[in-house]
Amino acid sequence: MTSESGADSEAKQPRENKETEKEKGKAKAAAAAEPASPQNQPEQFPAAAGHSTPARKEQEQQEVDQVSHRSSISRLSRSPLKGVKKTKIMECKVALLDGSDFTLNLEKRARGHVLFDKICEHLNLLEKDYFGITCRDVENQKNWIDPGKELKKQIRTGPWNFAFNVKFYPPDPAQLTEDITRYYLCLQLRDDVVSGRLPCSFATHTVLGSYAVQSELGDYDPEELGSDYISELRFAPNQTKELEEKVMELHKTYKGMTPAEAEIHFLENAKKLSMYGVDLHHAKLVGSCLAPSEGEDSEGVEIMLGVCSSGLLIYRDRLRINRFAWPKILKISYKRNNFYIKIRPGEFEQFESTIGFKLPNHRAAKRLWKVCVEHHTFFRLVSPESQPKKFLSLGSKFRYSGRTQAQSRRASSMINRLAPLVERSSSKRYNMSLSLDGAPIAENHETPMKDSAAAGAAKILTKGDLITTVTTEKKAEEEKAEQEDAPTDAAETQEPTTPLRHDTKTKDEPPASEETKEEVEPKTTKAAEYLVKYVGDSVATDLASSSGLHGISPSTTMDDDVFMDGTLREVDEVAEREEIKVSPGAVRQEVYQAISDKKGTLIILKEADDKVDAEGKETGAAGEEEEPALRGEAEGGENEAVMGVEIWSPKMEANGVTQIKGTDSPKKAMASWISEVVKTEATEVVGASTKASDAPQPGEEVQTEQSKSGPSQITPPESSTTSLAVSTLGWVPSSEKGPPEPEEKVVVATETEAAPAESTGPTGCDVVEVGTKEVPVVHTETKTITYESAEVETNGDVDPGVLLSAQTITSETTSTTTTTHITKTVKGGISETRIEKRIVITGDTDIDHDQALAQAIKEAKEQHPDMSVTKVVVHKETEITPEEGED
Amino acid sequence: MAGLMSGFGHYTHAVVRGIPASLAKEALRSCQAEVDLAEARREHEEYVEVLGTRLGLEVVELPADESLPDCVFVEDAAVVCGDTALITRPGAESRRRETETMKSALKELNLNIVEMTDEKATLDGGDVLFTGREFFVGLSKRTNQRGAEILADAFKDYAVSTVPVLEGLHLKSFCSMGGPGLIVIGSSEPAQKALKIMQQMSDHRYDKLTVPDDLAANCIYMNLPNKGHVLLHPTAEQYPESAKEDCRGNHAGCSGLMLKSLGF
Repeated sequence: MTSESGADSEAKQPRENKETEKEKGKAKAAAAAEPASPQNQPEQFPAAAGHSTPARKEQEQQEVDQVSHRSSISRLSRSPLKGVKKTKIMECKVALLDGSDFTLNLEKRARGHVLFDKICEHLNLLEKDYFGITCRDVENQKNWIDPGKELKKQIRTGPWNFAFNVKFYPPDPAQLTEDITRYYLCLQLRDDVVSGRLPCSFATHTVLGSYAVQSELGDYDPEELGSDYISELRFAPNQTKELEEKVMELHKTYKGMTPAEAEIHFLENAKKLSMYGVDLHHAKLVGSCLAPSEGEDSEGVEIMLGVCSSGLLIYRDRLRINRFAWPKILKISYKRNNFYIKIRPGEFEQFESTIGFKLPNHRAAKRLWKVCVEHHTFFRLVSPESQPKKFLSLGSKFRYSGRTQAQSRRASSMINRLAPLVERSSSKRYNMSLSLDGAPIAENHETPMKDSAAAGAAKILTKGDLITTVTTEKKAEEEKAEQEDAPTDAAETQEPTTPLRHDTKTKDEPPASEETKEEVEPKTTKAAEYLVKYVGDSVATDLASSSGLHGISPSTTMDDDVFMDGTLREVDEVAEREEIKVSPGAVRQEVYQAISDKKGTLIILKEADDKVDAEGKETGAAGEEEEPALRGEAEGGENEAVMGVEIWSPKMEANGVTQIKGTDSPKKAMASWISEVVKTEATEVVGASTKASDAPQPGEEVQTEQSKSGPSQITPPESSTTSLAVSTLGWVPSSEKGPPEPEEKVVVATETEAAPAESTGPTGCDVVEVGTKEVPVVHTETKTITYESAEVETNGDVDPGVLLSAQTITSETTSTTTTTHITKTVKGGISETRIEKRIVITGDTDIDHDQALAQAIKEAKEQHPDMSVTKVVVHKETEITPEEGED
Repeated sequence: MAGLMSGFGHYTHAVVRGIPASLAKEALRSCQAEVDLAEARREHEEYVEVLGTRLGLEVVELPADESLPDCVFVEDAAVVCGDTALITRPGAESRRRETETMKSALKELNLNIVEMTDEKATLDGGDVLFTGREFFVGLSKRTNQRGAEILADAFKDYAVSTVPVLEGLHLKSFCSMGGPGLIVIGSSEPAQKALKIMQQMSDHRYDKLTVPDDLAANCIYMNLPNKGHVLLHPTAEQYPESAKEDCRGNHAGCSGLMLKSLGF
């Protein structure tokens, strides 16, 4: 619903009344004042909700005076910069929620957050995480400004006009800490209602309207207000006299109710509306499996996709025809005009399924995808996933980078200021400028969907250039795991053998370790990527053995139960976390902190064969936008039971290729909280023992940390992810007592939830050895996943077949990463095995890429004589423009 | 002032309609068991008695119409929620005129009347399950997509989700509300499947009460001003006899017409 609001706010802009004028002057002054200008000081004080109201008049008067003896805008913007390097200044106009405009000057290179912070400061808003800035693109679609990117890159053309809007509608506004936050939320909702984005019944219009009146005008007072006061306000898309009378009737009954109370009542009613906080996007169905209630073939049916705090809603006209709660969704991705969601198998299905939607265009698909990523992260995760590294980017680097709701709540519980005076401005604007668009449903795309020929074609889900994100739901332990992982990575990448780093890890702020990692990262400015693809029959085993891989464990299935359990418990976990925060224990605090700051996630992924190929193409051709393909692969689901299955390499993360997926059963959240502390010690111990142990000793439970050891040794780092989940109270004591017990690789066994892990563990070992032949292997990664996926088929095959297993093996040397994908599919009774090798060579220009490539191909040919090179992609990345690429 | 959309509100009125003699021979039937007209009328009287005397509802009794053999099933003719009454367009052609009397009766109760005029739309109230928080509309032999859309338009505050009804006549042939947040559901496979769909489509969580017999799941829940939560359900002895059950089910048919008092 949010997405449309800008239109209206913008519509309001033309009618600038005196207030706005003042506002503007003030705003400009404030903005310009920032560099210095002592005479501006008075304006620096919190602009409170700087909307003029009688109460404020005096103060404004002052300000106006000050403004008056200052000079023109242009001078203002220049003067402070005198003597400084010449920077281009842009004037930004922001439509605020109360209909006024806020104008300020910003450096042309300023990033989104600069603008956002200034607006929030102007509004005196602390709980800002629910809000965002939108701007209209060429197609007049609303896009959210990415705070981390430069504004100028997000505004292709035209003036710098923005709108300040609610981005994440809190499901329970009563939980917001400050009245002022609720006030702004109310303003947004009033606009949502009046514009028709938030449909409601007549009765609800009257109730919401009456609270809005109480909030804005206070008690009913015929003498002061007159008899017609109500018709100056707007409550509904099609406001009638009858409605106004009812509103007035109700208003009379609220005597004594404070504005803040009225707003709480307003929100309590608004939040129950079925379209509250639902961001709608036009789309068409691709395929027919969508709606349980749609008997007929629903291909091409026009629908609306609604993104909200709890998941994705599918509407056909006004009817909800399906709903996918976030925990149901394993993966979301987009490719060209299409948007895909991969659904966790339900009670009646045995396999995952992928559902495709056709959006009006590529931008719309991407916009939807981003909104989904953001909503999922904000409402479901404890903390945002870290952004994949920039370097050699495969897959979109886009991540929601703000705070999550959990973090926001935590932060706002710390707000320690007297409730600010909320200046509730007059909303007469609603009367004057709003068009009566009774648009029944908010929509994100005004452009009617065209029936492009592609619509039908999209039925086949070629995964080629899928851009995907994994909807990993982070649970407490995951967090921890990752937090542990990040540092671990650093250690491994750098000096894999140094156990010492572990100790620091837990104690140090993860951010610190993150930094370290970055430093460690090779200063790569240029990367070359080569793809070698091989298709053959039943080669899986060959390859497997040649690479030391022993068998793909077909028995692996997703442990749905574990997962389900996880989801159910999410909420509790959050609660627990909160408790923990309260608990004074110093260590916990640290852990807590660490978790909240957690960084560095890795995900790896299984890639269906062609995918890489296609993706490569896109990368080459389409450029950044499509790059995300690989990452799409990130198989991930929320702690999908994949847990044990995945072994990731920290290095991968550096490449931006992968992302870690935290996995774990939430069930253990509590336990791990406690064991966390102990773990630190255990880790140390382990570190010491690491060397000693080379021979795997089965049967013993060991913490993952220890898994890191010699460079050529297999590190099932994933175990570190998972192990956290696994660690329970029971385990703690044992590890504590057991000093250096060399039970290395056994770790895998710990991952009880995912059988495949076991098979993978050893595999990883062998692989590494293979790699070692030629170059020092830094790390090995192996992944096995067995599942069915409709979208797996590639190469335009109409019959998708059933994917039996997919495996990814990655080995790395200093400059070369070799990823082998083995996919087994069964199609019409014929099983096909595809092996695809992808060799990525990265490094500075001083590496001889050609030679490295030749070498890599040679090796590959040795293993598989009939392998052919299908694609060579050279990707060059410079650090000059770190921002682009995402959009 | 109580918020809107506060679940079921309070029930104040009940609308019923007499049983025409034509019911026995001409009514639309899903099973061929013979209808004992006298017995049916006796049961109906008892039902009205319970509503009016024991529960203290204001009962609006509409006269039977011999030309409308199914007119006793008032549930199908209208859907009332809050201050709005949606007059339906029943799926069975022979029943369309049932709505006329209903409309005037509801008008007298000062409800906002919304009529379903679209000739492509059909909707039987029996396919409409209001849970207090949202609507589920069964897409059945009697109710189509268009009918559901019009219902969604009439009750904009609520989510309206569609549920396929593959077997049985109506969605509420095998389920009904047993209280706030409690769905009473039959144990047949279609019933259970429909429940699953409803659970998936909903943002809310419902408890379920599974009863062995689908028809037994047909209850009337009421929130009465003085008596609190009341559940009207088939009695134990009526239970096993499916012929009577068929008839009993009709009683629940009135549930759509338990009227909530307005919020304000």
